[in-house]
Amino acid sequence: MSGVAGTTAARSRWLHVAAWRDLFRDRPMIPLLALLAVLVAASDVVRPGIVAPEWAGIVLRAAVPLAILGACQTITMLTGGIDLSVAAVASMSGFVVASLTSGPGTLTGIVVALVAAALAGLVTGIGVGVFRVHPLIMTLGMSLVVLGMANFWQLQTIQTQVGVAPELRWLGSDAFADVVPYSLLIFVPLTLVIVLGLRRTGYGRMLFAIGDNPTAARLSGARSWQILVVLYIISALMAAIAGFLFSGYTNVASVSLVDSSLLPSVAAAVIGGTSIMGGRGGFGGTIVGALILTVISSLLSSLGYPEAVRQVLFGAIIVAVAAAYTRATGES
Amino acid sequence: MSAATAPVEARRAGPADLLGLAARRNAWTLGLVGFLALLLVYTKLIQPRYGVTGIQGLAISVLPLALAAVAQAIVVIAGGIDLSIGSMMALINVVAAVLMNGQSEEFGVAVVLGVLLLGVALGAVNGSLIVLTRVPDIVVTLAMSFVWAGCALLVLPTPGGGSATWLMNLVNGSFGNEWIPQAAVVLVAIVAVIWIPVRRSRMGLSIYAIGSNRLAAFRSGVSVGRTKVLAYALMGLFSALAGLSLTASTGIGTPVPGPYTLLSVAAVVLGGVSLAGGRGGVFGPIVGVMILQLIRTDMTFLNVDTNLATVLQGIILIGVVMIGSLVQIRRARA
Repeated sequence: MSGVAGTTAARSRWLHVAAWRDLFRDRPMIPLLALLAVLVAASDVVRPGIVAPEWAGIVLRAAVPLAILGACQTITMLTGGIDLSVAAVASMSGFVVASLTSGPGTLTGIVVALVAAALAGLVTGIGVGVFRVHPLIMTLGMSLVVLGMANFWQLQTIQTQVGVAPELRWLGSDAFADVVPYSLLIFVPLTLVIVLGLRRTGYGRMLFAIGDNPTAARLSGARSWQILVVLYIISALMAAIAGFLFSGYTNVASVSLVDSSLLPSVAAAVIGGTSIMGGRGGFGGTIVGALILTVISSLLSSLGYPEAVRQVLFGAIIVAVAAAYTRATGES
Repeated sequence: MSAATAPVEARRAGPADLLGLAARRNAWTLGLVGFLALLLVYTKLIQPRYGVTGIQGLAISVLPLALAAVAQAIVVIAGGIDLSIGSMMALINVVAAVLMNGQSEEFGVAVVLGVLLLGVALGAVNGSLIVLTRVPDIVVTLAMSFVWAGCALLVLPTPGGGSATWLMNLVNGSFGNEWIPQAAVVLVAIVAVIWIPVRRSRMGLSIYAIGSNRLAAFRSGVSVGRTKVLAYALMGLFSALAGLSLTASTGIGTPVPGPYTLLSVAAVVLGGVSLAGGRGGVFGPIVGVMILQLIRTDMTFLNVDTNLATVLQGIILIGVVMIGSLVQIRRARA
């Protein structure tokens, strides 16, 4: 009798786990949002009363530029690539605008920065798409090139006054009623374009197709080199936008401003459920991933841990989340 | 040609044929060595005083990155990648510097052995996490780079510590002839004692096998998970040696990771190791490191702005890799 009961219990438990797995696989957003809720609750436990609309505004302001960088990683990872040049491109863009603000004007600066970023993306895309250089190495080399050129530009403009444009400061660090950051004015339309672009357009489906099975995509008539060239240009342009917001958020113009956000941007996409092998993922998860990372680092700093412990815990949490995710979706 | 004559001809293949075969197999590495030789000649042309001290400086400055490149090459050959090598080197560097500070020379030997074991353990942790969690290598090692860098800061918040004198003497100075820098001898000895026996053993073959084709390796009876952990442990050992060489060449410990992780990936690709795994060796990456370093030296001689030097380094990296993949695409079509 106890044996029968045991089997039933085991079976129902098994069904239970399987049901959870299906849920995780089909609706990855639910466990991610649950984790975010747990972290927010933990923040409130650690510092009672901290979770308030103003706190949400602060978290959002920090998370928006990271999420945009995460978008660059998401769309490139969908094709099985990665973009390690985003930090260099973003820093360069922020710096170029800051160096041109006092002279030719902010708008000119933004246009120049976007053109420079697009050129970098074009070269990266040609390297990856036409010459079949591994994206990791191509974007790595491109980040060296962009960093060196930005440094060179810094030396050229040493006489001119460098300062973050007030418009960008407003966009990056101000918020409506101290709660709703103005950076959402950029972020919400961008998110709509990315999400609809990935889900509803032929181009978006091509990205998934190339990442899922390049040979099948080629045999079905996808011109993968054109798609990749456009992809890396888009990625560089988004990195430039993130760079504008970063410089506005921190009020700093430096050619290495965004460097420390490179690895978190990859982590945001991975935590958000985008597969680094390509073919699976989306931007929604990346946004939640960026929020999770931001809340974690604010939680750790409010716990008063030194930077060293924060780094260790940050790394451990990324591994744990990625492992739980991989286990839950049953993917190898 | 009849079937009977073929084996006879094969047996008669002289040393020249074998040499030709070896040359074809190692064409990329030979090309790199040729390029390095040209660079040396060019260096001598633009800076006639480049000689013994130049070679010495090259060998010492190359040592940490060369060992890091060997470490990276091993995991890349096994079909993985490790983005935490720089952090691991920083951790080993500070642990060794803290433990050896103000201690006797004999204690230094124990410390060296201890941190080498620590390196093996760190690598094994990375490898085990990858195998157990089934999360892609790049993600796990990316996250672990935060962990190891944080540990390094916990061990030593600001640069400091010290090094045993014998360890510093080991990499400085020359060995017999003044043209043979001791750092180069150390590098050759480490690779000869550790990598070459492993490469020729069953384990070395397994490492290449799992990198080349996981499924085929598994079906041939290779324990894929165990081999991967062993490859990462070996990577940890070489990272520890690289970290120790930092302690030896600077005499102190620095808790902030240098640019070694990304440069090691660059050197590995430049050295002809396929990022897809299963192809290449450790000699190419070492030559690649020397080329990268020598280009930097030449730029200083030519008074090129250091920022432009960074640009050129990136362009050379991209250019060489583009040529390499063009060659591969052509070969695949032929």
